[in-house]
Amino acid sequence: MTAELNPQLRFDGLVVGTANRLAVTAARAVAESPGAVYNPLFVYARPGLGKTHLLMAIGQAAREIDPRLAVEYLTLDEFVESFHAAIAAGQVDAYRRRFLDYGLLLLDDVQFLSQRREMQAELLRVVDAMQAVGRQIVLTSDRPPAEIEALDERLIRRFGGGLVIDVAAPDYETRVAILRRRAEARKAAFGPGVLEAVAELEIDNVRELLGALNKLVALQAVSDEPLTPGEARGTVAGTTRPRDSGRVAAAAPVPAPAESVIDEFADFLQEVSASVTQQVESWRSRVAEAVMRWSGEGFRTARIEALLEREASGDPDAALAAYEKDAERLRELQAEIETIAPDLAGSPALRDPGDLAAAEALLARAREGGAPPPGPSPHWLLEEFIESAGNRVVVRAVRTVAEDPGAKYNPLVITGASGNGKTHLLHGLGNALAARGLAVACLGGHEFVDELISAIDRDAVGLWRGRFRRIDVLLLDDVHLIAGKERTQDELFVLFNQLLEAGRQMAFTTSVPLAELKGVEARLLTRLEGGLVVDLPAPDRELRQRAIERQLSAKLEAVDPELATYVAGRPAVSMRAALGLVQRVLNAAEAKQVHPTAALAREVLEGSATRAPRRAAAARPSGVMAPSASGLRSREKMVWEWPDLPARIIEEWR
Amino acid sequence: MSLVNFTNREITCKIVYYGPGRSGKTTNLQYVFGRVPESRRGRMVSLATHGDRTLFFDFLPIDLGSISGFTTKFQLYTVPGQSYYNATRKLVLQGADGVVFVADSQARRFDDNLESLQNLQENLLEQSVDIRELPVVFQYNKQDLPGDLVLSRDALDDALNFRSVQSFAADALHGSGVFETLKGISELVLRRLAAGAPA
Repeated sequence: MTAELNPQLRFDGLVVGTANRLAVTAARAVAESPGAVYNPLFVYARPGLGKTHLLMAIGQAAREIDPRLAVEYLTLDEFVESFHAAIAAGQVDAYRRRFLDYGLLLLDDVQFLSQRREMQAELLRVVDAMQAVGRQIVLTSDRPPAEIEALDERLIRRFGGGLVIDVAAPDYETRVAILRRRAEARKAAFGPGVLEAVAELEIDNVRELLGALNKLVALQAVSDEPLTPGEARGTVAGTTRPRDSGRVAAAAPVPAPAESVIDEFADFLQEVSASVTQQVESWRSRVAEAVMRWSGEGFRTARIEALLEREASGDPDAALAAYEKDAERLRELQAEIETIAPDLAGSPALRDPGDLAAAEALLARAREGGAPPPGPSPHWLLEEFIESAGNRVVVRAVRTVAEDPGAKYNPLVITGASGNGKTHLLHGLGNALAARGLAVACLGGHEFVDELISAIDRDAVGLWRGRFRRIDVLLLDDVHLIAGKERTQDELFVLFNQLLEAGRQMAFTTSVPLAELKGVEARLLTRLEGGLVVDLPAPDRELRQRAIERQLSAKLEAVDPELATYVAGRPAVSMRAALGLVQRVLNAAEAKQVHPTAALAREVLEGSATRAPRRAAAARPSGVMAPSASGLRSREKMVWEWPDLPARIIEEWR
Repeated sequence: MSLVNFTNREITCKIVYYGPGRSGKTTNLQYVFGRVPESRRGRMVSLATHGDRTLFFDFLPIDLGSISGFTTKFQLYTVPGQSYYNATRKLVLQGADGVVFVADSQARRFDDNLESLQNLQENLLEQSVDIRELPVVFQYNKQDLPGDLVLSRDALDDALNFRSVQSFAADALHGSGVFETLKGISELVLRRLAAGAPA
């Protein structure tokens, strides 16, 4: 992030004259006691007058006095760049804290803060934070704080609170001293009056002055005779950029001498070159600035970097504007994708304005996969679930959750044998919560697994996750079906934690008691057990009778009261089995075209009157066999339970 | 004409010397031609009548070589000053990146200067160019003539240079002020590059 201090730029390399005496004195004081005097120290001067030299010299001297002192030299560009990088990396706090580790911060070229409100605010924070703990800040600029365009008043006041000091152009004596010292350092010797002649040219920029010296050194190296003051002056004056003087004064009407023929054109060429270079470089710096800005914000900048390199770059302003527009569009796309599919929000496609199509495609994909998970079936309503003494605990728990989701029993786990109404309760709960405007996902364990497999297959797991993370309520039926599905369990584990942390309600059903559930990771089981686990028992006779009465009432105009009593009294392992008995009686009545009665039920369920041969029973389209000692069994199950051929033949023969 | 062609990395400036007849436009170009090394200049095309009056226009291409990676070329044109050649003037003026208005400093040519300046403004307007937005400099030529025959630069500024653009006193015959004028207009034209103005 930082530039190293240039070891050549020290206090002893500075020529001190009237123009910079005050600034050098202040700089020395700061280097000797960082944070104690002149904090912040603000030095301003036109380019080429030694601001950076002064800054580096402070750093070198301070480090020599206290080698443990952490000295940081930054140009404003580096300051901005690192801030943007910190934002992109989400490390802004760390970035700010880092400044407190420095004993001395040297910030160069702060005039580039003009019009950068965000960076001004950041610098204000840094200045305040460092001052608060007595750390020294030194800043340089090419103009005083008040003349930096649109600079925050608070910053101007902060700078004014320390010492604001300028470095003026060197006077003649200083110029001579600078030239002599540099000539000596380069071991170049000039005749008497040569350096003085150059110093008389009033080159008020040290950098240009040293350039002039270089020219003299080069010229003398190839000349047999020592340079005369006149030659030196002529050489330097002929190549030094003329000063901008506004309107050109009337030229003397003297014909151009022959020897100036080339010079006049060369002079013109030099001036045009300077203009072109200035303008082209200005364009380059605009592009470079844009590259820095956008890369700092985490965008790929190859497209605008190409402006600097490739031949066909077109109009740079238009290209930069187009890039900015595309970058803004990417931000919009990212914002939308973040809500639909957070996992996709980090996709590289959202960081490359050079390939907007890929980002648009990503959004389209996110939208396609953004459909909410399945909701509860509208056929199962909570109020239709019959409460009895046996199931009161579980029904009350469900109602409590319906009234106050996410607050009391989270997760709610309903266990119990199949066919007793767990699914009814779960969907009923789902409908009750959906009626409150909550986004409810209600699906079976097998659906959950299938959806994940499908998402993996389509390489759209991110979308799949996104769908579930947006829901308010997760209701998972038959959660035991995820046993042995490791990836599903991983995903459910993560989802579980996220929903729980967000205070969103979850409810699960399982026909296998949690304690007996094999193939499910302990971390998931313990989380399920951490809520309320309630058992939905098999229906007692009273419950069965009420359910049977309701089923008969829904299908018959007149119900034989004995019929319900009789069927409810028949053995049934579950509510579903009990209601299956009712259905069989109704089917038989329909087949015989008689009204269903208790007598008919006895005949059908006990088989005392007309027991049909088993072969006929096997032909039933429902595939349900006549009741046996072990209750209802499917044909397939029986075949698989008697796998040996002789046993199956005997069974068929019977 | 495109001032900056980023595709070819080429900067081409078309500068038109405008002004009344016999004000010294061609003389400006001739002087420049004489000072540009042969390797840098193209052939100066000058179509003149027997009386040394420009019939069509003068054209002087100058190749300044590669500057900051851009091949930089200047094309200097003059227009025929006489009023009846307005069609040619319009043609030459098309796509100009900058205009040097060469005024004749002689007091007796004062009205001709004004008329030519108005003509310049009209011709630019016809091409939907606002003279206020086009780089223009004034050159008051023939300042070498006796003082009682010519108007001073200040007087000419007051009379012609309403917008206080850059102005140069010149003696194009001897070269005084010629390159200063060219530098002045070049700088203005090139400055537009940074401003991002369409060229």
